[in-house]
Amino acid sequence: MKQVCLSLWVFLALVRGPVSAEAGMTAKRTVLNNGMVLLTSEQRALPMVSIELLIEAGSRYEAADQAGLANLTSKLLIYGTKQRTAVQISDTLDFIGASLEAGSGQDTTSVSMTVLKKDLTTGLELLADVLTQSTFPQAEIDRQKQAIIASIRAAEEEPGIVAAKAFAAALFPDSPYGRPVEGSEASVKALQQKSLRDFFARNYRPNRSIIAVVGDVSEQEIAKALNGAFRAWAKGEPSGQALVPANVGESKVLRINKDLTQANIVLGHNGVARGNPDYYALQVMNYVLGGGGFSSRVMDSIRNERGLAYSVYTYFAAEKSHGAFEFIMQTKNETALEAIRIATEEMRRMREQPVAEQELSDAKDYLIGSFPLRFDTNRKVAGFLSQVEYFELGLDYPDRYADLIRKVTREDVQRVAKQYLQPERLITVIVGNLKKIGEK
Amino acid sequence: MWHRRILLVTILLLAIHRPTADAAQVQEFVLDNGLKVLLLEDHKSPAVTFQVWYRVGGRNEKDGKSGLAHFLEHMMFKGTPTTGPEEYSRIIAKNGGRSNAFTSSDVTVYFATMSREKIGIELELEADRMTNALLGETYFEAEKKVIQEERRLRTEDNPAAALGEVANAVAFMIHPYRRPVVGWMEDIQNLTRQDLVDFYKLYYEPNNAFIVVCGDFSSDDILAKIRAAFGKIPRGAEPPKVLAQELEQRGERRVIVKKEAELPVTLLFYHAPNLKSPDSFALDLLSVVLAGGRSSRLYHELVYQKRLVRNVDADYSGVAIDPMGFSITAQLLPGVEPTNLERELDRLVEKVKSELISDRELQKAKNQIEAAFVFAQDSVFGQAMKVGSYEAAGGWKQMEGYLDGIRKVTRDDIRRVARQYLKTDTRTVGTLIPTKAQ
Repeated sequence: MKQVCLSLWVFLALVRGPVSAEAGMTAKRTVLNNGMVLLTSEQRALPMVSIELLIEAGSRYEAADQAGLANLTSKLLIYGTKQRTAVQISDTLDFIGASLEAGSGQDTTSVSMTVLKKDLTTGLELLADVLTQSTFPQAEIDRQKQAIIASIRAAEEEPGIVAAKAFAAALFPDSPYGRPVEGSEASVKALQQKSLRDFFARNYRPNRSIIAVVGDVSEQEIAKALNGAFRAWAKGEPSGQALVPANVGESKVLRINKDLTQANIVLGHNGVARGNPDYYALQVMNYVLGGGGFSSRVMDSIRNERGLAYSVYTYFAAEKSHGAFEFIMQTKNETALEAIRIATEEMRRMREQPVAEQELSDAKDYLIGSFPLRFDTNRKVAGFLSQVEYFELGLDYPDRYADLIRKVTREDVQRVAKQYLQPERLITVIVGNLKKIGEK
Repeated sequence: MWHRRILLVTILLLAIHRPTADAAQVQEFVLDNGLKVLLLEDHKSPAVTFQVWYRVGGRNEKDGKSGLAHFLEHMMFKGTPTTGPEEYSRIIAKNGGRSNAFTSSDVTVYFATMSREKIGIELELEADRMTNALLGETYFEAEKKVIQEERRLRTEDNPAAALGEVANAVAFMIHPYRRPVVGWMEDIQNLTRQDLVDFYKLYYEPNNAFIVVCGDFSSDDILAKIRAAFGKIPRGAEPPKVLAQELEQRGERRVIVKKEAELPVTLLFYHAPNLKSPDSFALDLLSVVLAGGRSSRLYHELVYQKRLVRNVDADYSGVAIDPMGFSITAQLLPGVEPTNLERELDRLVEKVKSELISDRELQKAKNQIEAAFVFAQDSVFGQAMKVGSYEAAGGWKQMEGYLDGIRKVTRDDIRRVARQYLKTDTRTVGTLIPTKAQ
């Protein structure tokens, strides 16, 4: 399907934009009558409104034997309500040129909408309708199950996804965080209409929701409109405590054979939660190691010096209750083991030797200087605000960010490298032509 | 994920026939050395995107030298007498900027986005490497390997991309659009440093480039900086023109690619004119009628009602220097035979050729394009890309009449262009047939 509005620029992974106050990103926070948290940033330059809704209705709230339930529920939101059929919903959206997409993660489900200002009322009515009046018709369930099963199959063609799934399963066994959000073919097939309706009724509640609205609308206007549109949405049970994975997987090597020219490699281990006080020191350390694009050490040693990979990078994924460190690269099958050896050497060097002053200051300068480029469009501001609320960072976060980074020292960097990089305890996943890759 | 030095395959560039910038605000200047400068002030946010567009891409390569323009783009980061190898990226990053580059069939583009206070740094670095790039021998072999890894990642191990590459090579016999921008693997292997040096000398001239700046700056100020940095570079010889023209296709062409994959892919590629044709507006709308949104004809029928495909896309590539085409691509659901899908596609294409679309359908497609036009202005980078793409393809002024052109299209126009361009005899049908590893 062609998304007319879109932004092939997303492909370029490029961002550009304002720092909060300086650029007038000034955001406001309110709690609506029904308990939903509303964040707004008025941006009058264009006659459009971007909405990002975050609901604590991710896959961690589904039972292990119902894997894929949260995802299927979110996909079905736009396929039928008490007042509208799936076809009416898509036709209404297309006629006003708006986009409305929903998808699940492990903790949250997100619903995003972009609409012209003149069609905001229509857009909000639709949004409220799908969030409160969805009916989950059996015929639509069957359609979506088929589509999801196809996408599970299609993902098998993407070696990077195959590797990422195997890594997550090995890192967080027996946890929703180790399970793919979309479930398995078998688990998706088995899902029942009643389970979907129950999941929807229990989890899609305003007191588990954050809505960020950015664009050509004032806080007052939007609060009034939302209080109206969502007046029938009643509070439900709260989302409860964050879920910490019970077990962290042992170090191991997983080899998956596919007829590929490249080995897709993920190395990694447990990481930190977003609230960990070392989070910022880790961001600086990771920039030097492999987060800093062409300024990173692994880009130098693996790509530039040896020509082993086109793409090589590291990152700390930090969620509310847990996190992971991942080292990701692709290299031709024949050089997979060499690349892994260099990767682990770089991790050791990071632990054993202090970073150079220049590396430290370059990392900080980039992180601080480029921070405004992270929320350069209305849509990104909406996403950013919902994250700031979800992770309880506070609306002054953009103003505090520079200080959080600035105070990181060389000692901090080495300390967190020693503490959080564990080259001896890696989970290693290799997807590729195993015969050509050879044995370790 | 870090997409630096990315290869923008032609297909991507084609998707941008949606001008975002209000063309009236673009200001054009031409320096004495022939370097054109396009400025678009937008003060929504305190950032500036600065882009240098060279009018050279895969289109300018010779047989046996495919991938040369893209290889050169990579080597442009290996330093000048005053900037060390890979230092460019570090300088931009430590000044809080983001930089990247890409190559398409038509152009090679270098860009950075930074605060208005820092953008002067980017400007100096780009002026330097326009004329002083060393393309150092030391780094040549390692970078060749990097590019081969890039090709493996993007094409060899990506079944749909592998099909697209072959279909493209069959759809075009004469025009260089038949070659992949990244290059064939053997061609990449055979390229020499001297090839790069010659190509650089031939095409990297101020009179074969233009600059696009978009964002929060004052035009007088930035223009003065551009004049100071680029004005001293002498005009070069006019690079050779690409005169190749594709012959009219006389009969359908079919290609099959067998590869380890899960789901078949079907691709229909029809030759179609570019934005220089007045039909380009109707072709744009036709692509939206067919596959713009979940209520579009192909999506509704094939994804929703008949459940034959996972997804379906229709792309008209009007923003290109030479005529490219109109393509329809779909990934099939498990168990669906490509022949069944093709029959349905044919039926739906025939329908739009034989019957007029409804008034509401036309209005819906126009509304989608108008809304997209507004949404696209959300991004300063996107606006700069649009200005640059139009300028490269036929001149940025072509953007001016875009929405008017769209508004004027009638239901008859849609049927007429469908009849004229979606012809079986001028199409190439590609099929990916999945195989399984033993």
